[in-house]
Order: sequence, then C-alpha cells, then structure tokens
Amino acid sequence: MMISKAPIRVGLFVTCLVDLFRPSVGLAAVKLLEDAGCVVEAPLRQTCCGQPAYNSGDRRDAKAIARQVIDLFEGYDYVVVPSGSCGGMLHEHYPRLFADEPAMARRAEGLSARTFELVAFLTDKLGLERVDARFEGAVAYHDSCSCLRELKVRDQPRRLLSTVEGLTLAELANPEICCGFGGAFCVKYPEISTRMVDEKIEDIRASGARTLLAADLGCLMNIAGRLHREGDRIEVRHVAEVLAGMTDAPPIGGR
Amino acid sequence: MERTSHAFKESAVRALQDATLQMALGNMRVGFVGKRQKARERLPEFERLCDLARDIKDHTLKHLDFYLEAFEARVKAQDGEVHWCRTPAEARQVILEICQRVEARTVTKGKSMIAEEIALNEFLEANGIEPVETDLGEYIIQLAHEPPSHIIAPAIHKTREQVSDLFFEHHRQYGKTRRLDETRALVDEARQVLRPKYVAADVGITGANFLVAETGSVVIVTNEGNSDLTRTLPKVHIVTASIEKLVPNVEDVWTILRLLARSATGQELSTYTTFASGPRQEGELDGPGEFHVVLLDNGRSDVLGTEFQDILRCIRCAACINHCPVYRAVGGHAYGWVYSGPMGAVLTPMLIGIEEAGHLPNASTFCGRCEAVCPMRIPLPRMMRHWREREFEGGHSPPTFRRGIKLWAWLARHPRLYGPVMALAIGLMARLAGRRRRFRVLPLAGGWTGSRDFPAPEGQRFMAMWRARRAARGGP
Repeated sequence: MMISKAPIRVGLFVTCLVDLFRPSVGLAAVKLLEDAGCVVEAPLRQTCCGQPAYNSGDRRDAKAIARQVIDLFEGYDYVVVPSGSCGGMLHEHYPRLFADEPAMARRAEGLSARTFELVAFLTDKLGLERVDARFEGAVAYHDSCSCLRELKVRDQPRRLLSTVEGLTLAELANPEICCGFGGAFCVKYPEISTRMVDEKIEDIRASGARTLLAADLGCLMNIAGRLHREGDRIEVRHVAEVLAGMTDAPPIGGR
Repeated sequence: MERTSHAFKESAVRALQDATLQMALGNMRVGFVGKRQKARERLPEFERLCDLARDIKDHTLKHLDFYLEAFEARVKAQDGEVHWCRTPAEARQVILEICQRVEARTVTKGKSMIAEEIALNEFLEANGIEPVETDLGEYIIQLAHEPPSHIIAPAIHKTREQVSDLFFEHHRQYGKTRRLDETRALVDEARQVLRPKYVAADVGITGANFLVAETGSVVIVTNEGNSDLTRTLPKVHIVTASIEKLVPNVEDVWTILRLLARSATGQELSTYTTFASGPRQEGELDGPGEFHVVLLDNGRSDVLGTEFQDILRCIRCAACINHCPVYRAVGGHAYGWVYSGPMGAVLTPMLIGIEEAGHLPNASTFCGRCEAVCPMRIPLPRMMRHWREREFEGGHSPPTFRRGIKLWAWLARHPRLYGPVMALAIGLMARLAGRRRRFRVLPLAGGWTGSRDFPAPEGQRFMAMWRARRAARGGP
C-alpha cells in the first residue's frame, strides 16, 4: 500500500438534529476538522440516520434510510458524526440491519469501520492533543449513553476540554446514568423521563458547573429544556462549540 | 397473578407519586450497584468468566433436548421423578396431585420465580392447602397480599416501618404483641414464627438456580438457609424450575456461581449453596422421602433459534434490574406481572404476549447499562428492539405514533422534499420563538412541553449554510 500524503477526506454526517436545530454545531465541527488538516465535505442529500424508525421497530424504513446513507458516504476516508447516538447507529447498528444481505452487509461493515464520533476522531485518529480555544468558567461534560457504552468515548472530550484556556472541568456524580431522553421515550413516557432528567439536573447543580456540555444534541435539548422550565441559569452547549472556540451563538434554548 | 402490564403507563405515574415507594426505592439506590462494582473489581477474571458462562449456556441451549433427557435419567436413577409441563396449568395440576396424594394441609415454600409464574399460591389456597413462604421477603409480601416487585428482593418496595406494621398486625395470633422497629428484631421474630411451620409442613416447594444434567442435582442458592429447611424437613420435596435452568455439569455450576452472587448482591457467594440430588437414600440421616422436579416450558422452547433465544441464558441475578434507571424510577409492580426491569421487558412479552406487555420493551431509553452489567452477556436492548419490531410489524403500536414515524421516514428518504419542508418548518419555529429561543407550549408536543421547554431551532439548516459556503468558494 502506498503511503499517501494527500489530506484526509472526511465526510461529515451532520445529523438531523444539528442540521435542523443547531447548525452552529456543524460549523464548529467543520472548523475543528479543517484546523486539524482534513478536507471536509458534507454530502448535500443527507437527512437522518434512521434511528427514529429503527428504535420504533420500523426495520424496513430504517434499512431504506441506512442504504441511502451508505451510498452517500461511500467515497470518504472517514465519516465523522457530531453525535454518539447517530455515530453508534452507523457504527454498531447498520451492519446488524443487513445481516441477511451479504453484499450490503460488507458495505455497512466498511462504513462502520470508517465512522467516528467527532471528538474521538480528533483525538484517536488525528492524534489531536490540544485545542486553541478559550472559554471562561466551570463546565461539566455529560456522557451520553451511546458515547459511553456503544462507542467507548469517555476520556477523549475531557482531555481536549482540559486544554481550553480559562475552563475548569467539573465531574457529575453519576456519569453512567442516562439523562432520560431516549428519543421517542421522552414523549411516550414523559413522567419517567422527567424524573430521570431531574436526577441528572441535581447532579449538574451539585457539580458547581455554569455550563453543561455533551456530544449529543438529544440529551442537550432534554437537559436544557428541563433546566429552563425550572428557571435555572445553567447554559447548555454542544462540546464542539467550546472546543472550536465558537460560542458566540446563544446557548441551546437561549439564556 | 393479575396482569396489569397493559396499564404500565398509569401504574408508573402512580408509582412516581407514591412517596413511601419512592423512599423504599431510594434506599435501594445506594446498595446493589456499589457492592456489585466492588465485587467485580476484586475478581480480575470477571469479564473472562462472563464469556465462559455465556458459552456454557449457549452450548446447553443448543443441545437442550439432550441435556434435559440426561438430567431426567439421572434424577430417576436416584429415585426422583421429573414431570414435564408445557403450561402453568399442567404444572399446577401436577403439584396439586402430589400434595393431595400425601394429604398435605400446609406446604412451606422457598423462593421460586416459577411458582410466581404459575401463580401457585392462589391455586393451592383455592384447593384448601396453605402455602407458607419462608424467604423473608416473600413472607413479608405474602402477609401484605402483594406480588414480588424484584426477582431477588421481592419486598424491596416495602420500608422497614411498613414491615413493622405488617408483623404487628399478623404476629399477634402467635402471642407477639410488641411493635418492633429494629431490623434485627424483625428478622428474629419472623424466624420464631416460621420455625414451627417448617416442622408442620407436609410438602416443601423450592425453586432451583441450576439443574445439573450430569448428576441429576438441583442447585439452590439462598442467603437465609430457608430453602434447606423447606427441602429437608417435610416428607416431600418439589422443585419448580424452567427448562433453561439446565447446565451440563458441576464445573459449569461453579463457573456461573462465581458470577451470580457478585452480580446480584456483591457477595462472593451466597450464604447457602445446596446441591439436592434425589430423596433420602438408605443410611442418610435426613432428607425428604420423595423428590419431584416440575419442569416448566411455558413457551420457552418456542424461542429457541429465534432472535429471543439469548434471554434463556438469564440466571436471575437482577443486575440489569438494579442498574435500570426506569426500574429505579417506578419500581417493579408497575411492570404488571412477575418479572420486571430489563429482563422482564424481554421475558414478559414472551410469556404473556406482546399485546398485553407492549409497553415494557418500549419503556426504555436503550441506555444500555443493563447489557453492560449482565454477567451472561444478554443483549437486552437489542431484544427489546426486536419486540418493538414484532409490535410494529404486527400493527400493535399506537396508530398516530406509526403514522408519525412513517411520515418522518418517508421525508428522510426524499431529500429533495425534506430540504425545503424542513427549512420552512424551522424558519417558522425560529421566528415564532423570537429572542426567547424556546417554547413553553408547542402543538402536538405535549409529551415534551408538559415538563420541559422546547429549545427553538436557530433558524437555518446547516445544509443550506454549507451549500452557500460551497457556492462562495466556487464549488459545484
């Protein structure tokens, strides 16, 4: 195999939530990747990874959407996703969806092997050890379940955050416990979901952090929504915004 | 046992508002999780043992017919009997006939989830036989006329004050008229009440943690020793067990035992581990005169070879339950039948039908902690998703939900339409939210906005920004 000096071509799978709700995260992801020397492209026809269908038992639609994503991201060296749960969908679940179609399964395996969560990609694949960013104050990082257990992302964001000037990192008391989002779960079982997010919020308050970060917009919207309803002033952002030094936009759900 | 799984949502809401229950569940939060973690850290080969245990069970399930027959042959050779029961009704009938033949008036019972599954107590009572639970937790809920809320800690939903009340009310008949509030004193009093019952019982019924094909032994694990008194003092010992309790040999038992108590309570081993092999033999000092194994299938053989087979590896350690945030929030009774938590969410639809138990596999965020702590490496979230698939394919999921998912999926598959439709929607939402950047109320989103504000979109699609940037840089 020839060792190529050509820059790494990254396909950014921006995820539907970032695309529709928080494009700032997409811009931050592009900046982080380009600063690290990647050539970034975001295929224009991308929509969603298919998780809503997959987790609702609609396997047929999930497969159709997965096929579309596999086609769109075929040519890239890596596929980078600013979300643990969508990253986990591509990485863990696509191969499983096509277990009964060998040809598609091979392509899904190929995509799986090239797919990374954004922060883990920066540290584990590109060897990034520090970022050039500034953010004042105490920050807590919430581990999404899919980052933590599906993709084994835990230390990477904390390592990079510790290099942000002015930032102090606080730890949450029960980092392994879910925030209660769970996609459709949070609207199908709102009372249970609210209890779960309330316990998470107790831990966030106890940590002394003024800002909460995570890599998954689903968790972030859930936590921000509950904090606001409770009249809390803790601000919520995606971790990429802070790492890229792009925190001019108001936090999720405003101040 | 009454089935209320279909009412999970309502039961869950009630449970969340039940201050006493929440206090009892709060006590549980500190215990099991930390103890299991410590026990796991003290055993360097823990993860390797999990692989071994999974392989042992997978092998057994693959050759289940062979091992079941081998087990039966060994039991018979030791003068015991095996009763094959397809359904709960068959199992109840077999047990009743044995009890009636020996003219039993009372039976003592060790803890058995299979006895719960076949609703044995109600059945025996209806036939004039008094069952006496001897496991402390089971005894407490028998007094309270409640089903268990946890597979290894059946009375975990009860506070000490409630137990104190129950004993005060029910132990009066034995001359115990003092109200007790110390745990130690409560345990002692229950012992004093139960002792004569062991001696008086005509039949002892226990569950089984393992059935050993090679030796025809039944392995029973307890912390209270109650199963041993239940097993040895009466004339007849009946074991209720389901077919997946089988393992090939004694070495396999020890491999899995090293995981069982550590995963359950954080103990290295439970206090009592008993191997019972047949009735009392000549020259032996104690043991029952008769030994019966009631082997229950109840639909388990139907899932062999299906996407649900892995749940048959379950050893009922309850690690998944103890780590489940949904269980922690609502407790076991909300699940509406015998089994609760993640293992219940997979097993219950299998045993009583997805139509009755559809909520259970849906009430999960797929946080994956259950799978991470399962010593038998059972992919619980994956199997919950398989139930959702069965439900969706069978048309059992709520119609509005189905339509919503279908519409979203259709749009996601038509990017040319998805783009402008979504751009319009988020543009409108951002304008409506204005500088507040969130909604307190949103039509059709009451599930969210009932307790949370809904963060507004920033207003533009990322893909639109990206397209503009590419155009500015002279891209295609």
